[in-house]
Amino acid sequence: MAGLELKDIRKSYGNVEVIKGVDLSVEHGEFVVFVGPSGCGKSTLLRMIAGLEDITDGDLYIGDKRVNTTQPRDRGVAMVFQSYALYPHMSVYDNVGFGLRLKKMPKPERDKKIREAARILQMEELLERRPSQLSGGQRQRVAIGRAIVRNPDVFLFDEPLSNLDAALRGSMRMEISKLHNQLGATMIYVTHDQVEAMTLADKIVVLNAGIVQQIGSPLDLYNSPANLFVAGFIGSPKMNLIAVTASDATADTVTISGPALPSTTIPVATGHGIKPGDTITFGIRPHQLVRDEAGPLKGKVLLVEQLGNETIVNLDLPSGDQLVATLPGSAILHLGDTVTLGFDAKNAKLFDTNGDAVKPA
Amino acid sequence: MSTSGPQKSLQRHPLAGWLMIAPAAVLIATFLIAPFILAFGYSFTNQRLISPNPTEFVGLRNFEQLIGVGTLVLSPETDDAGVVVRDDDGALQYPTVRSFTRANDDFPHLQGMQEWFGWNWGDDRVVVLARDLVFMKALTNTLIFVAVVAPVQSALALLLALMINQKLRGINIFRTIYFMPVVVSIVVVSLLWRFIYDGRNGLLNNLLEFLSFGLFQPIDWLGNPGTALWAIIAMSIWQAVGFHMVIWLSGLQTIPVSLYEAAEIEGANAWQKFRFVTWPGLRNTAVLIIVVITMQAFALFAQVDVMTNGGPVDSTQVLVFQAVQRGYEQQNIAGGSAISVILFVIVLTISLTQRYLTRER
Repeated sequence: MAGLELKDIRKSYGNVEVIKGVDLSVEHGEFVVFVGPSGCGKSTLLRMIAGLEDITDGDLYIGDKRVNTTQPRDRGVAMVFQSYALYPHMSVYDNVGFGLRLKKMPKPERDKKIREAARILQMEELLERRPSQLSGGQRQRVAIGRAIVRNPDVFLFDEPLSNLDAALRGSMRMEISKLHNQLGATMIYVTHDQVEAMTLADKIVVLNAGIVQQIGSPLDLYNSPANLFVAGFIGSPKMNLIAVTASDATADTVTISGPALPSTTIPVATGHGIKPGDTITFGIRPHQLVRDEAGPLKGKVLLVEQLGNETIVNLDLPSGDQLVATLPGSAILHLGDTVTLGFDAKNAKLFDTNGDAVKPA
Repeated sequence: MSTSGPQKSLQRHPLAGWLMIAPAAVLIATFLIAPFILAFGYSFTNQRLISPNPTEFVGLRNFEQLIGVGTLVLSPETDDAGVVVRDDDGALQYPTVRSFTRANDDFPHLQGMQEWFGWNWGDDRVVVLARDLVFMKALTNTLIFVAVVAPVQSALALLLALMINQKLRGINIFRTIYFMPVVVSIVVVSLLWRFIYDGRNGLLNNLLEFLSFGLFQPIDWLGNPGTALWAIIAMSIWQAVGFHMVIWLSGLQTIPVSLYEAAEIEGANAWQKFRFVTWPGLRNTAVLIIVVITMQAFALFAQVDVMTNGGPVDSTQVLVFQAVQRGYEQQNIAGGSAISVILFVIVLTISLTQRYLTRER
């Protein structure tokens, strides 16, 4: 059982650098999720940990052993692939036991482990079938079973649920979470779905264009995004981000105004470095907008999505910006209605000219 | 007149489909189906290429003539006292085979047969006789050819395919080189190889002499009954190996990379990856290749026709060559047809057996 340490890990294909120096430490037993848009390098990073891609530069430790050049089989990792990667000509039983068979584990012991894994994953009745006779969810279960029996130090999941339908994805997500509690193993999980990241992770690593944007617990990322990218990526619906001008700045407040927003003063921590006249970004989560006739944001209803417990409203502001608000319950709204919204200034986020978050007060 | 007009109605005409397959159907019927039926019919007659006499139905006589075999057990000659006679070297004396097969009323079923091969059984000598010695030679040579070419060519093609399936710089050059003989006409290839196999100044002899520092004595590869068939086998394997390599390659490329990666993480070495991932993944390709090579090997003709004409001493006689020779050079269409029918039955039997043995279980 082991943790993981990545020190300035880099990967280049020819002159193109795709992973640009990742530092990360993972405690033993932690569930870490790499999340980011397609092509951000999250799968490459995972494959480097697995040993399927060479590490161009930097150091990778599993436990306290540097494994940069160690063969995948000797790294003590097990991987679950997006495509499941089940051997089509073998039964589920043989698929699950393949790694053990290669290790020349005696048959009775092997049998015990396979049946134990099948029990954990509730797939005992599937053992004699071929992968082609299984549904997507069942295949993924088998792929996970194949990882479990090897009793690895680190589990690696490469977008394991993206080939499943929404309902199944939800239930498999819960099972993986349960499995993590049951096994207590270190798990690294790659996904582009921020909901998966939020629900599963102890620690989320947000990647964009080969660079780590922020590392933190799901709520850290949600409540204090480090920059515009994280703010826009984490949370559903997305945070509203509106360009504004800083009209005034004191030591612990910034007053912003713009075509979308009348002058509003936001409390911030000292040392924010924002000067009057800077073009900055104002951010507010849809859930933090409330109906308030005296509020500063007024717009026409463009789209109403009734979810029963809440209503998601898209508004067209006079400035041309769009705003999404999540209102509680089933608000009665019609297209074209004018809605006025307000917010609590201390919930507002500001991002400076570089896109980095301004510390709140 | 409607705008969807004449074009559409022509396409929908019930005869349109038939017209479209007509060119292919006519060609296949003329050059494949009709000759097949004719050959089948002729094989039961005494049809000659040009003959003043009317054709007669002869039943199975052509087949009896071709595949008629018999055995004869010869006891050593004894003198009047019942003691075996030995010659000056101490060898046993046997009556001549001729005395049984020529006008011997006690052995009417052996009439006209010739000695094919034989062996000693205690003091007795067992002789296997054939009614048509040349046909028997052609049959055994063909079977030897198939038995060697099918496994060796498919294995070699697989080996080449595995080698060129790697991502290496310049690998396409090798693909081209291996495939080149396939696109050259077999007649041209055969002519070239006649020079290579030449007994005095052939490339092969020169090469072997050079490599053995002059110790190797030149061999007339095609003029020697012991080497002629093997020379044709070697050249035939070389000529078509590239074609089958490409088919193997297409099979190899249908195996998902993730299966190899999963196997690698689970600890499979190169051989185990081949044994458990590649080979099972090539099952269908293997069936196709074995069947195709077998059929092609049975159809051996051009190499023999160009290189040896069946000689020396019938050592390279094969079935198709015999069928052509009989049908056209000896003007015995019925005999040639009978050989074709026998070939058809053999190939059909072997193909069905192969399909049964390699069926999906």
